[in-house]
Amino acid sequence: MTGHDVVFVLVGLLTAGGAVLTVTSKNLMHAALFFAVTLGGIAGVFLPLAADFLALVQIVVYVGAVAVLFMFGLMLTRAPIGREALDGQNRGLAMAVAGGLFVVLSTLVIGAFGDLPTAEVTGPRIDDLGIAIFADWVLPFEVLSMLLLAALIGAIVLARRETGESGEELTVTRIEMAQDRDPDALEREQAALTSGSGGDGEEHA
Amino acid sequence: MEQPLWVPVLQAVVVFAYYLLITAVLIWAERRVVARMQSRLGPNRVGPFGILQTLVDGAKMFFKEDITPGMVNKVIYNLAPLVGVIAGFLVVAVIPIGGEVTLFGETFTLVVADLSIGVLWILALSSIHVYSVFLAGWASNSPYPLLGGIRSSAQMISYEIAQGLAVASVVIYAGSLRVSDIVAAQSGPGFIDGVPAWYAIPLFPAFLVFVIGMVAEAGRPPFDLAEAEGELVGGFNTEYSGMRFGMFMLAEFMSVVTMSAIVVPLFLGGPAGPTFGLPDSVAWVMPILWFFLKMVGFIFFFILLRGAMPRYRYDKLMNLGWKVLIPVALVWTLVTATFVLIEEAGGLPAGTRLGLAVAAAVILLVLLFGGRASAPDTRSVAKAPDITAGRTPALDEPGSADLQATDHQEVAP
Repeated sequence: MTGHDVVFVLVGLLTAGGAVLTVTSKNLMHAALFFAVTLGGIAGVFLPLAADFLALVQIVVYVGAVAVLFMFGLMLTRAPIGREALDGQNRGLAMAVAGGLFVVLSTLVIGAFGDLPTAEVTGPRIDDLGIAIFADWVLPFEVLSMLLLAALIGAIVLARRETGESGEELTVTRIEMAQDRDPDALEREQAALTSGSGGDGEEHA
Repeated sequence: MEQPLWVPVLQAVVVFAYYLLITAVLIWAERRVVARMQSRLGPNRVGPFGILQTLVDGAKMFFKEDITPGMVNKVIYNLAPLVGVIAGFLVVAVIPIGGEVTLFGETFTLVVADLSIGVLWILALSSIHVYSVFLAGWASNSPYPLLGGIRSSAQMISYEIAQGLAVASVVIYAGSLRVSDIVAAQSGPGFIDGVPAWYAIPLFPAFLVFVIGMVAEAGRPPFDLAEAEGELVGGFNTEYSGMRFGMFMLAEFMSVVTMSAIVVPLFLGGPAGPTFGLPDSVAWVMPILWFFLKMVGFIFFFILLRGAMPRYRYDKLMNLGWKVLIPVALVWTLVTATFVLIEEAGGLPAGTRLGLAVAAAVILLVLLFGGRASAPDTRSVAKAPDITAGRTPALDEPGSADLQATDHQEVAP
């Protein structure tokens, strides 16, 4: 075991622990935070593999944006954050699916790469990564982008339907202000002010 | 290049101490300059011109009672300020404070770690900084901090995109993510004689977006909506006291310094500058001095903004971020990429290149500002007269506060 292996195992344990806590925490906000820890852990797994670029992109995109947006959504949608217990009653099914997925994936990965010789770790060059994504893998990349776009539009549709059930969409959030009762009141008052009589006269009249 | 262990350690300590010291002086300088702008004196009791005020305030913070309200989520409440300060400190690691210095037979590079992905490191840590504000707001379990936390995290995420795109055009132009490579790429002669090849010139829109973005990212006036004291008490840090509040303040001022320091290597040639033919034994001071002067220029800009600008309204802030800065940065990233490709394929004559850049900038400006002036947003005015008609004059006209006040007084009895 080299130093790299030790770090890799430790970070892997941290990531797995975060993942387990994500699905077991009762508090939704804590779950989101553990999810952020898990994503950060994945970035940490990239580091011993000498993939610095991937690690930092992982942090920028997933820890810095995706996880924050999760929590953001939790707060803005008034999802039950706090002490209320959340339980989808699907624990058995979820565990079966997760376990099955784990077995399938690990079998596949070990079957595909298990008998390759171990080599010294050298990270990918950034320009190689770029060329690989935009030349060899451009179709999956674009399909993924379309998926994200669809999710984005879906989110907008869902969020908009909420505002007006009567079918009339509100473009702005209405905030009650003193002038709102009468749109012309302000202008009248200002006219009164500039003419020198002051606001009081206008109101009494 | 085998170096004894104490060399990198000393480098790290010197760089961190340097930025901490500047942060401390900045807090004092800001109070003095803003005071001067408001015809006051500012702190002037402790030390010459009150320069030790920050030190005394720091000591005061340590001895103040540290109250933890009963309703907070304790773990996250305690974690939040630490995250902010740690992220603020770690950014410093990739920013140089000067060129190379040879002392006692050892060569010191005046940067903690010149990572091959230095620029991403900066972006990654500023995205971690969001957590500090956000978690503080949430863990306080009280309405105003929550609003402040949500506001600021939305603001930071939005402006991070614009900033990231601005940095992307720098990276594309320089062809590297390493800070020292970006500085080196700006060292040659520019395409106009006598003007340095600083990226602020060819990448001017990106520079502009980055500078606006860094003010918003640091949460400073006029973009300090996270702690709009008029409407949110103190924003995300309302429930904090003592040194934990001090840590938030430290993180904020630290980010002013680090942001000012980041923009110098990215857009202004880093520590490069004329040495006036000084002998080598003295010339090593000049890069440090140049870097310091450039950085202080930006710090001063931050302070002037605070003294001169009123706070932005939140929807305007979001409009600026999403509808102006991100499109500008995106277009300029594309333009930059196109020119880099043209350059690789053989290149255009310098005159054509400059002409094209100017034409593109003019088109962009016309699109941005010309269109807006000729076609005001009639739709929102027509659909929601109550808010636009009632609000805009109330905020713009002097004396509107009196109007509202009289209005309420008349209604009450």
